Amino acid sequence: MNRTKPAALGIAVAAALAAFGVLAQKPDDHLSKSTTVQEIEKYRAALGDGNPAELWEARGEDLWKQKRGPRNASLEQCDLGLGPGVVKGAYTVLPRYFADSDKVEDLESRLVTCMVNLQGFTPEQAKKDPFGGPGKKVPMDALVAYITSSSRGMKMNVAGNHPKEQEAYNLGKEIFFFRGGPHDFGCVTCHGSDNHRIRLQDLPNLTKTADAQRAYTSWPAYRVSQGEVRSFQWRLNDCFRQQRFPELEFVSPASIALTMYLAKNSNGGTFDAPSIKR
Amino acid sequence: MKNTKILATAAVVAIAAGCAHMGGSDDAAATRAKALAMMKASFKEHGQAKLDRLDQDELQKACSEAHGQPLDKDLAERLEKAQLATVKYPADGKLMGDWKAGERLAQTGVGMQYSDDPKAPTGGNCYACHQLTKAELSFGTIGPSLYNFGKVRGFTAEMQKYAYGKVYNPDAFSACSSMPRFGLHGILTEKQMQDVVALLMDPESPVNK
Repeated sequence: MNRTKPAALGIAVAAALAAFGVLAQKPDDHLSKSTTVQEIEKYRAALGDGNPAELWEARGEDLWKQKRGPRNASLEQCDLGLGPGVVKGAYTVLPRYFADSDKVEDLESRLVTCMVNLQGFTPEQAKKDPFGGPGKKVPMDALVAYITSSSRGMKMNVAGNHPKEQEAYNLGKEIFFFRGGPHDFGCVTCHGSDNHRIRLQDLPNLTKTADAQRAYTSWPAYRVSQGEVRSFQWRLNDCFRQQRFPELEFVSPASIALTMYLAKNSNGGTFDAPSIKR
Repeated sequence: MKNTKILATAAVVAIAAGCAHMGGSDDAAATRAKALAMMKASFKEHGQAKLDRLDQDELQKACSEAHGQPLDKDLAERLEKAQLATVKYPADGKLMGDWKAGERLAQTGVGMQYSDDPKAPTGGNCYACHQLTKAELSFGTIGPSLYNFGKVRGFTAEMQKYAYGKVYNPDAFSACSSMPRFGLHGILTEKQMQDVVALLMDPESPVNK
C-alpha cells in the first residue's frame, strides 16, 4: 500500500464534496437532477482511486496461513467450495451446499465451519466478533476481504441445483419480499423498483439481473464513512436494522438464504470487490 | 355403463386437476410458513426491536405474498377500506400545525431502530423518499415529488384532511404503499402529523414557494 494513497483519497473526496457544494446553490428541477446523478458518479470515481481494503486483504492472507486456535492449524485446507485450499474463484460459487456440514453455506458461515473443524474453535468463539468497529479489527473481516479479493475479475457462477440450494433460494426470495415491523418495510421497499434513490443514494433493483449483478459484485466494501471493510453479512444485518426489524444474527439460516437469492440473481456479473463506498 | 365410466373418468380428471391447482398454492403457503419460521429462528431481540415485529398484520401479509406485483383489485379495495377505518383525525378538528417543525421532522429519520433511544422523539424522514422544497437537493425518489403540494391541489380543508389521512395511513388510499403508516403505528404523534400537514399545506411553507 502506497503511503500517498490515503492523502490522495482525502483530496479526491474533498474535491467531490466541493462539487456537491457548488451543486447546492443551483435550483433543482428535472434538468439539474441528471446533473446531480453525474456529480455522484464523479464522487464514486474519485473514491475508486485508492482503496484501504488492501490492508484488510493482506491481513486476511496472513490469517489464512497462520496457525491458530486450540489445534494450532491454519485454514489452508479449508474447502470453500472448489476443493480444499482453493481460494481463487471460490467466492463466485457461494453460497453452495456442503456435504460435510449438510448445509448451504455462504463465505462467512463456511469460514466459521472451517475455524471449528480445522482450528478447533467452538462455534461460539468462531462467531464471536463478526464485524469490526472503532478500535477493533476482527479476523473475520480480514479473511472475507482476502478471499473475496481472490475472485476479482471472475464471473458469478452460483449453481443452485442441489435441492437444499433450491430451497434456500426460494426461502431467500420470500424473505426478500417479507414486509413487517412498525414501518411495513421489507427489502423490496427499497430494492424492488428501478431508478430509485434514498436521499442521493442510488438503490439497485435486486429483482432485476443487471442491477443485482452490479450491486452484489460490489460487496464487501471499504466504507469511507466508517473506516471499515464491511462484509455481505454486515450489509444484510444493517439493512434489517434500518428496516426496524430485530437484529439479524450472524450466519443465521435466514441470512444465508437471502444471500443465496441475491447471489444467484447476480450470476454472470463480474465480481469486483472489495470495493470502496461512501 | 359406458356413460358412467366416462363420467367417472371425468370426475377423476377434475379432482386431479383440482389437487394439482391446490398443490401449487399449498406449496407457496408452505414456503411462506417455512420462511417465517426461519426468520424467527434467525433474528434476535435487540433493544426496542422485539421478535413480535416479525408478526404480520393482514395488510403486511397480503403485500408480502404479492411479491411486489399489484394486488387483485377486489383485495386492494377491501384492504384500503379496512385501513381507512383506522384513521383517527384530531378530536378538535385541527389539521395544521407549524410548518417549521414539519420541515425539521421531514429532515430526520431517527427512531424505532434497535440502535435508537426509544425515549428520543422520532422523525418522519420525508426527504428520504420525497422532494419537498426547492432548497433541499438531497431528496429521494421512492415517493412522488411533493413540491408545491398545496399550491397545485388547492389550500382547501378537504386537501388538509386528505394529507393528514395519507400520513396517518397511506395504505387507506393505496394498498401496499411503500410509505409507513405513521399514525396507525405511532411513529409520529398527532402534533407531529399536524406539523407535517402544515409543511405540505401552509401557503407560507417552502413546499409551496
